[in-house]
This record gives sequence, C-alpha cells and structure tokens, in this order.
Amino acid sequence: MMMMNRAAVAQDVAEPQQRDAGTGRTARFQRPHDILTPHRPTPSHTSAVLPAMSKNETQLTQNPLQKIWVPWMNSKLSRRRGSSVPQFTNSPTMIVMVGLPARGKTYISKKLTRYLNWIGVPTRVFNVGQYRRDATRIYNNYEFFSADNEEAMKIRKACAITALQDVCAYFTRGQGQVAVFDATNTTSERRELILSFAQGNGYKVFFVESICDDPEIIAENIKQVKLSSPDYVDCDKEEAVTDFLKRIECYKVNYVPLDDDKDRNLSYIKIFNVGSRYLVNRVQDHIQSRIVYYLMNIHVTPRSIYLSRHGESELNVIGRIGGDSGLSPGGHKYANALGSYMRGQNIPDLKVWTSHMKRTIQTAEGLGVQYEQWKALNEIDAGVCEEMMYEEIQQNYPEEFALRDQDKYRYRYPKGESYEDLVQRLEPVIMELERQENVLVICHQAVMRCLLAYFLDKSADELPYLKCPLHTVLKLTPVAYGCKVESVFLHVEAVNTHRDKPENVDIDRDPVEALETVPDHI
Amino acid sequence: MMETFPCELTQNPLRKIWMPCKKNGLPEKHISQRRVCMTNCPTLIVTVGLPARGKTYISKKLTRYLNWIGVPTKEFNVGQYRRECLKIYKSFEFFQPDNEEGLKVRRQCALAALKDVRQYLLLDGGQVAVFDATNTTRERRGTITKFAEQNGFKVFFVESVCEDQDVIAENIVQVKLDSPDYIDCNTEEAIADFMKRIKCYESAYQPLDEILDRNLSYIKIMDVGRRYLVNRVLDHIQSRIVYYLMNSHISPRSIYLCRHGESDLNITGRIGGDAGLTARGKEFAKCLLKFIHDQDINDLKVWTSQMKRTIQTAEALGVPYEQWKALNEIDAGVCEEMMYEEIQEHYPLEFALRDQDKYRYRYPKGESYEDLVQRLEPVIMELERQGNVLVICHQAVMRCLLAYFLDKSADELPYLECPLHTVLKLTPVAYGCKVEPVCLSVEAVNTQRDRPENVDVQRTTEDALHTMPAHF
Repeated sequence: MMMMNRAAVAQDVAEPQQRDAGTGRTARFQRPHDILTPHRPTPSHTSAVLPAMSKNETQLTQNPLQKIWVPWMNSKLSRRRGSSVPQFTNSPTMIVMVGLPARGKTYISKKLTRYLNWIGVPTRVFNVGQYRRDATRIYNNYEFFSADNEEAMKIRKACAITALQDVCAYFTRGQGQVAVFDATNTTSERRELILSFAQGNGYKVFFVESICDDPEIIAENIKQVKLSSPDYVDCDKEEAVTDFLKRIECYKVNYVPLDDDKDRNLSYIKIFNVGSRYLVNRVQDHIQSRIVYYLMNIHVTPRSIYLSRHGESELNVIGRIGGDSGLSPGGHKYANALGSYMRGQNIPDLKVWTSHMKRTIQTAEGLGVQYEQWKALNEIDAGVCEEMMYEEIQQNYPEEFALRDQDKYRYRYPKGESYEDLVQRLEPVIMELERQENVLVICHQAVMRCLLAYFLDKSADELPYLKCPLHTVLKLTPVAYGCKVESVFLHVEAVNTHRDKPENVDIDRDPVEALETVPDHI
Repeated sequence: MMETFPCELTQNPLRKIWMPCKKNGLPEKHISQRRVCMTNCPTLIVTVGLPARGKTYISKKLTRYLNWIGVPTKEFNVGQYRRECLKIYKSFEFFQPDNEEGLKVRRQCALAALKDVRQYLLLDGGQVAVFDATNTTRERRGTITKFAEQNGFKVFFVESVCEDQDVIAENIVQVKLDSPDYIDCNTEEAIADFMKRIKCYESAYQPLDEILDRNLSYIKIMDVGRRYLVNRVLDHIQSRIVYYLMNSHISPRSIYLCRHGESDLNITGRIGGDAGLTARGKEFAKCLLKFIHDQDINDLKVWTSQMKRTIQTAEALGVPYEQWKALNEIDAGVCEEMMYEEIQEHYPLEFALRDQDKYRYRYPKGESYEDLVQRLEPVIMELERQGNVLVICHQAVMRCLLAYFLDKSADELPYLECPLHTVLKLTPVAYGCKVEPVCLSVEAVNTQRDRPENVDVQRTTEDALHTMPAHF
C-alpha cells in the first residue's frame, strides 16, 4: 500500500507552519471567510525564501492540524477575494420562543441549543425568567404576573431589554451565531420590540411558537420542571401547582398567537400539541431549515438510549487502533452478557444499530435480534495510522502525535478523519435517534464519545476525552431538561483503551512524555 | 444464562458487508443493511390540488430524489391513464362535474392506477408509490385511504395550494401547452380551455381540513413554499419527504458542475490521491474564470471539495468559495494512487468484482458509489435550497450529482461521462433539467474507463485492461 507521508509534503509547501487551532470549521453553513482567515499563515520573514508569487500561481499550503488546503499568501498580497463582502456573509440569528407558560419553550430552547452547539454552530440560551429571578430575588406569588401589575411590568420589560443587550454582546464579542431568546413573548408589542432590536442590528429572527391545549401535557410539564423551580422552593406541591396555573391565566388575558395574516411576513414555526402538527412560514436560510427539520423530528415520549462499544477486539488487546478485527474471547463473553442485560431490561420494540465493522456486528449477533448496520457509525478513520500502536505513531509520526494532543477535536489524521468530521458524519444518526424510541447503539470509542457529548451537552474540548470504556453500557434517559446517565459495567474484564491528554504536548517533547498516558496492552 | 456460540462472520466480497455465516461457511440471509426508511410497510404518497398547482412537478421531483437515495419509487399519473383510456381529448367539458360519462371514466382510471400501485408495492419491489392526481374531493381521498388500509400501505398526502395567478399562468405555459391534450390547439385556445378545466374542479374542491382531516398524515404546501402545514408525520421516510419538499424551490437558476483541472496523478493514470494541478489543469482554471465571467451570473456560489486539486481550481476564480468534505472523491481504499494496471496486478478479483457491479462495489477499506450517494445527500439538499452554484468536484462525485439531476439509474450512474475540462450547465426546465455541456478547450487526459466485455474473475489481464484510457 502506497502511503505518502502527508505531513512531510505539507512541510515542503508551507512555511511557516500554521498552528492555528481556531474554529476554521469548513461546514456548509460556514462563512467562506472563516475558512480562509484562521488558516492564513502569518506574514513572515520566510517570504524571501519562496519565489515571488505571480497572480497565476495558485500555491496552496495545508494546515497541519486539520489538513485543510488554503492559499498561501505572502505579506504583500492583501485578501484576494471579497473585499466588498462584509465580514459575516450570514447574519447572526435570533430564535425567539413564543407561548404560554408550561408549553415546553425552555425544553425546546435548551435542546435546540445543545443540538446547534454540537453541530458546530455557537449558540446560547437567554432565559428571561432567569433575568427576572436575578432582578427580583424573591418570588412571592402569581400576582407578580398579573396583567395590571404596573410595577412588575416595568421590571419584566427591563429584564427583557437587558437580555437583548446580552444577546448583542454575545453576537459581537462572544462569537455567537445563534441566540435563543427564551420567554413567553406572548404579545405583538413584545415581539415588535424584539424585531426592531434585531433589524437595527442586522440579525435574522425566527420565531418558535408552542401551542398546547392538552391539560394532561401541561400538568406533566408543571410536575417535571416547575415544581423544582427556584420560584417554588419553599412551597408544597399543591400550592405550587395552584399558583402556577393562576400564573398561566395571567398570560392568557393578553396572549396573541402569531397570526396567519398579520404575521405573514415573519419567519416562524408553530408547534401544535407537542408535534402532531406544524405550521412553517417563510424559512429564510439554511440554519432555519435545519432548525425546522430538527424540531419536527424530536418528541417527548419516554424512552431510553443505550450506548455501548463493541466487545473487546483482537486489536484492542494488543494496543492497536482502528482496523477491522474480530472479537477476542473476552469480547465474545461481553456480547453474551450484553444480550442478558438487554433481555433483563425488558424493552418492547428495541432497535439495535451497529456499524459496518466486524466487531460491532459480532457483538450484535450475540444478542440474537434484528439489527441495522450504519456505515456512519464506523470508527474514526485514523488514515496512515490505522492499526498502529501509539508507540509506533510516536515513532513514525511524532509531530502528528503532538498535534493531536494539542487539539484532539480538530486534529485530522493524514488521509483520515477528525472528531470534527465524525460529528458531521454522525448528524443523521442523531437525527434518527431523536425520531426513534428505545435504541441500543453498538459502536466505537470515538463515535460513542461524539454521541455522548450530544446527549450530555459536552463541549468540543471535553468530547475527545470522555470516558467510554469497553464492556460498559451507558443507559441514557431524558428527564426534565437533560439526560440521566446510568453506567453499567457488565463484569467482563477488558483492556483499557483510554489515553488521557499528556502534560507535554509540545512537538519536540520526549517520546517518554508523549507515551506517558498510553494505556497498558500486550 | 445461555452462552451463544461465538458466531462466524463472512464479508460479502462486493460490498464488504459483514454478515453471519452458517456452519457450512455460506452467508445467512443477512440481517439488515441501513437503508433509508426501514419502514415495514410501503408508502403511498397522494397528491392533492387543483390543476396547474405543481402536483406533477412535485411527484416527478420527489420520485427522482427518493430513487436516487435508494428508495424504489414510482409515480402513477392518473391523467396519463385517462389519456390512454380516451385516446382523444376534446375539451374541458369532459371534466364538468355533471358529466356522468366523464366521471365514470375518471373513476375507472383512478382505480386502474391504484391496481398498478398495488402491483408495484406488493409484487414488484417498490417501496413508495406517488399517486399523482387532483384528488380534490374527500370522497376520492376516502377511497384511496381505504385501499391503502386494505393493503397495509401508509398514506401521506401532499397538497399544493396556490392562488397566485402569475404562477398558475406560468405553469400552464411551461407544461400544459405541450401536453398531448392540446397537441392540435394554438396557445390561446389551449389556455382558454385549460382555465375552464380548472373551473370545473374548483366548485367541488375540498382542501385538506385542519379539523376534519386531523388524523391524516399530510403536508400542505401554500404559495409555492412560502408556507407549510405539516400534520402527523408518522415515520422516517415521511420526515425526509417533508424536509425535501420544504427545501425545494422553483426560482430560476443554474447549477454548474465540473471537475478540478487535470492533476498530476491524472496524467500518470493513477486514481485518487491528493495531487495538484498540471500546467494544463491551471490553464483550465483560467478558462473557467473567463467562462464564469462571461456567463455573468448573479450571486454565484462556488463549492469545492477539501482536496488540493479542486481548491487550486477555485482559487483561480478569485471569488469566495466553500470547501465541503462531502465532495471529496470516492475513497479507493487500498487502491488509492494506483494505476489500473497495478490494481489488475495486485487485486484482480477486486477489479473484476468492480466491473460486475460498479455501483455497489466497495473498495477494500474504501467506499462504493452507493456510499458516495449517501455522503452527498446533504450536498444535494443544499443545492436544492440554493440559487446559482458552481460545484468543482471529482469524477465519481460528479457522476452521482449528475445522476440525481438527470434521473439516471444506479446502473448508468458509474458510467456517466464526466470528462476533465468540461463544464455541465444544468437548468431546471418544465419537469426536468436541461444540460448544456461546455468544453473549455484545454486538452486533458481521458479518465473514463468503460465497462469491459469480460467481467469474469478468471479473465485475462488483457481483457481486464481492454477499456483502460491511455496515460503517460
């Protein structure tokens, strides 16, 4: 197999080396400039070494971390394209929630934010209720929300405005791309205020209205998330429910839903009764289209998602990464144990998914049930490092090994993938997991980390170091605004495959320092 | 606790899919391959709407998309059945609501079409059938729903509602004037008759109702996509259909497909890799710049892959571009950077398998065209959303994209001709896509390898390399 040492090639072309670990994600909704700007090599003293660039030469350099090709530009040339294009070709987007209390606005806000951050769109929630709690300190009772309580109205409006100011700061200084404005926003007046604010600042606005008249759903919401709210910390359950229902009545008085006719020029989605029906109006762009698709696929039916790796594999045992080996004897034992465990869980209609790799399929076979193979669940492609031991990677590609430790999320193996690539590849899996109910996903270490990071809202920095040991099932159950995790070790011994970030991530570190955190193997 | 015997797996040599094998070493009927919509029941998509509301346009487009992503789909146009039954179309009077004879014929045609739907979904391996007709009365929809229930099909309605007279007029001009119904009429006569035809339907039209039809699964498309009402999406395939319909638009635009300029590996007859452009390749990039400039395109987006050769090509254009990893060339796995002669020498079995089924064949540790299509689906989805786009990609990738736009089958796809230094300009027109190939006259090697006659694993090297293009 012919393999070019990519790192060496990059070296020849690029001087100086670019160490930028910035976002530089070349996702499809990434503004083109973001692709170029983080990777532009700093203008340097080495321009004397390279030949003068004629306009027709298209010299490219490959960013050593992400293996992205970018034009090499010497200090003389100004930015080659788009001088008239504004810095952000896509504007920041405000998602504005609309709806009476206990309609799932905060649930949707948090879930959507989690999803957008996971796919690489910096997003933050601005919960106006939180601002109100910070401003008033003590919540007495529902009368604060009475439509004729002028004093309170003043406070509530001030809180909304403060939140809007923070949205502005998030977009301008905080590198945010999407802000979710989580409040009732039940009057046209309040929505008009937000629209003016957004228009004035060049932000796009997309409304998400949740309409629900099913008293059972509302009661369940109140139970799940309102009773434990700081507002009701000193109340007993019945008092809290009574007060909250009166609170809802306060809002009903002035509630004006988004109107088919008056609001026909706004961009919005109306969600009826937790998703049985949707009305979608004027989707403007890609991100809004993705948001609509996501919202239309999520549900609140109780269920659990089980994440597990394949049983211990032959390559695991000898400390090699990647490849497509079969299970070790211990791995086969795990497959059986997994079967027993899942049968014990007594789940009706369990779906089982595997990757296309032998080890996950062998594991699933041990369960004796139907399963689906997803190529998207294949382990991260380690390119030239496939089937190597860490010691060999250090020996053959010490610089790559160091770069990976410097930024494990964005680092792409030569001729391989990065965690960042993995997330993009796994997005359809997440979308389908949202649609499904009880699912067991038998996958791989890096893949499981990505999926887990989505469910547990872990950042790109934490993701590549999440602990996903062999022979352990993680049972995830959505609860309130998040996800409960139960870790179940099935008592079949296995090697440890977790390599922590070593202290020294310098390119010229000692091999000993590089291999400091390598787990034991045969 | 029952210990199951460690199972043996065997890898299907064509697709490289692992599956359990029986004791005698032969593969079990393998459990399940991830396919879009692992729905156990077939789906019947039923269009609803007055004439000239885009129902057939939507039907054909949806069918094309579903087939491309691997869901066997077929459309059944009831108007077509009516034409076959009647032979001659006289006038709009056939469609008058009090024309008993007409009503009888129309009902018979609908039933005949449903019969064929059943055949397709139950016996011919179809997964989705698109029932394209006006279906404007609740009664007709009731008949269809009952039919579906009896046969175990899921039903999903797609209603198109539009009162914009300009849009309707444009539809009539684009697709009705050329209809076999108006073959002997002049334009004015045809339009007048068709408008009266629409009137016939209007009085009896019962749109899907929020309350009366609340238990049906449907999407109502209003004003060519400004607004959608989506009710009770039941499963994965319906969700994908909704997403696709919501991303499609009909604003005029063109999509330009081309490959990178000729690369250093191209001229040595090697596949894959990540080489830069040859001098001729750079020349092409310059010609591409001139071509784009001459086209004078409004707001052109430029997309490349993340491979050096497409990026170098784009760089010459001097405009912002987006790099998509999904546009990378097919991964040839262990055969990366090999010449065909070398593949034949080292992997003659693989080489033969590839010729036997080039669409499904997966390179060892690499990809298949089938994998490529799945990888490219988000690109297609975004192309649907966009306006004018130039996609600078690679041979296998371009074949997949082209197959989508030109509705080519999985068998034709891997052999579509996508030569270097040629731009394909695709412009949606009527129910399909107009293609204009533009050869930017810069010489380049030929990289098209046709299917050889002998695809047997035992064939000679000569037979195997028979159709190999020349190289340096």
